[in-house]
Amino acid sequence: MAFKIIASQCTQCGACEFECPSDAIELKGEKYVIDPDKCTECEGVYEAQQCASVCPMPKTCVPA
Amino acid sequence: MSAPIISLESLAKTTSSGQLLTSAKSGGCASSSCGLSSRPTHMDSATWEKIKDHPCFSEEAHHYFARMHVAVAPACNIQCNYCNRKYDCSNESRPGVVSEKLTPDQALRKVIAVANELPQLSVLGIAGPGDACYDWEKTRATFERVAREIPDIKLCISTNGLALPEHVDQLAELNISHVTITINMVDPAVGEKIYPWIFYRHRRYTGMDAAKILHERQMLGLEMLSERGILTKINSVMIPGVNDQHLIEVNKWVKERGAFLHNVMPLISDPAHGTCFGLTGQRGPNALELKALQDRLEGGAKLMRHCRQCRADAVGLLGTDRGQEFTLDHIPPELGYNSGKRRAYREVVARILDDHLAAKNQAMTTLASMSTRGSLQVAVATKGGGRINEHFGHAKEFQVYEASLTGIKFVGHRKIEPYCRGGWGEEGTLGGIIAALEGIDVVLCAKIGNCPKKQLMEAGIRATEAFGYDYIEAAISALYAAEHGIDPSQATA
Ligand code: SF4
Ligand code: SF4
Ligand code: SF4
Repeated sequence: MAFKIIASQCTQCGACEFECPSDAIELKGEKYVIDPDKCTECEGVYEAQQCASVCPMPKTCVPA
Repeated sequence: MSAPIISLESLAKTTSSGQLLTSAKSGGCASSSCGLSSRPTHMDSATWEKIKDHPCFSEEAHHYFARMHVAVAPACNIQCNYCNRKYDCSNESRPGVVSEKLTPDQALRKVIAVANELPQLSVLGIAGPGDACYDWEKTRATFERVAREIPDIKLCISTNGLALPEHVDQLAELNISHVTITINMVDPAVGEKIYPWIFYRHRRYTGMDAAKILHERQMLGLEMLSERGILTKINSVMIPGVNDQHLIEVNKWVKERGAFLHNVMPLISDPAHGTCFGLTGQRGPNALELKALQDRLEGGAKLMRHCRQCRADAVGLLGTDRGQEFTLDHIPPELGYNSGKRRAYREVVARILDDHLAAKNQAMTTLASMSTRGSLQVAVATKGGGRINEHFGHAKEFQVYEASLTGIKFVGHRKIEPYCRGGWGEEGTLGGIIAALEGIDVVLCAKIGNCPKKQLMEAGIRATEAFGYDYIEAAISALYAAEHGIDPSQATA
């Protein structure tokens, strides 16, 4: 399982990128994207998905 | 008092530093207090050294020195109800326009371009969108690079305070001398209405828990900065019905913890900006409500009254924004810093400041020696240098002063649409200007046409160019004396 970013809502603040414990988020061109192979949904590290918890836009980091 | 003849304006415009130095030298020094580094009488010299060229921390300096912001740290760790992150942070910047987000390297290039072009530049700030302490790596990288190239630039950051305590030591190491913390409450019950959530230690908190943590971190951060002698300014957003009365309490708390300045800003809440407050119809205060609150706070932590709520990428003197001239596409890829222009400008200002302060002190003495009652509200058109040197028709704002027996106090500014755009007066805008000048008795400007003058008069506002190019305080004290039928030369002890 993995999370994804709804690009049209993203403000490109980059907070999710440096909070992600799995190094799964990257700016590709104009968009932040989550690499589904790397995303662990923060299992075992944090109680909530970091990208979704820090993102200022509601429903932008969501289960893929 | 005699004024130096060189005009700062022409200095700021000259293109080569050689030219600048010549005009600087030809100015000579006409001030009686020359040689002393004069400063306002109410301040110790260590503090004055820190703020004398910081336009936001010193009312005196804001006539002469410019700041620039670079938007390098867009990530934020809290959500405020007056901010819509999709556009911009409306706390440290005007909303509605997306700022140009920069990498630290791009920021360095931009700072060098501005420093080469704008000799008034004295301060580099990082002030949103986002939180400079939370998005720390980019903040640090930017400051390190700039300080290496331009060692005498003052570094300044704005923060919501949540991630402040863990960065205070590094702030001190980086020589960051000025920190602004936005503090809107000291009571979590009030905070709950302003902050829907915070992100702290890998968790999102909401409601009272969020407000309580934020409050504790803000107070701790402020205390830690005060201990290290870093000057702090507290920004508070005045939200009618939510925290307007409460800000009196906030003022007490921050003063007790060593805050140097308190700046109360009006909430900006246009529904079009899409902020939570904008959408719920929460209104912002009007100019008179803001002033009434500021007046009640007088006597607590020193108030800042010259804030312009500038954009996160603003460049120039407060009240002007030349950011558009320095967007990345205007800046060459390779650029070296040339210190000549800034150095020459600072030498001249050091001399002029002496003269300006002497004029100001004399104006205060004149007022203090009078025995009349009543106050006078004066709006001034200026483009810097502490003088009345802007044409009525070109002014984008008026600086408002209150003269009374207790002295001449700067009370704020009123933004307007300039009356003339491109040289022609436009009928439509005068109505807006008259509305913005509510409560003003006299307008002082360098020049004004007969037509707008007459219309202002009909609205009960007198406008005059009689004091054109005089120092603001000197003009106001003379005006006040004349209003009360006193010959100022007699009044001066
Ligand atoms: S859910 Fe966790 S691991 Fe996955 S992208 Fe978001 S922060 Fe990274
Ligand atoms: S935190 Fe949200 S808004 Fe910011 S870059 Fe990530 S997805 Fe975009
Ligand atoms: S601190 Fe600034 S950027 Fe962050 S949410 Fe508040 S207003 Fe917006």
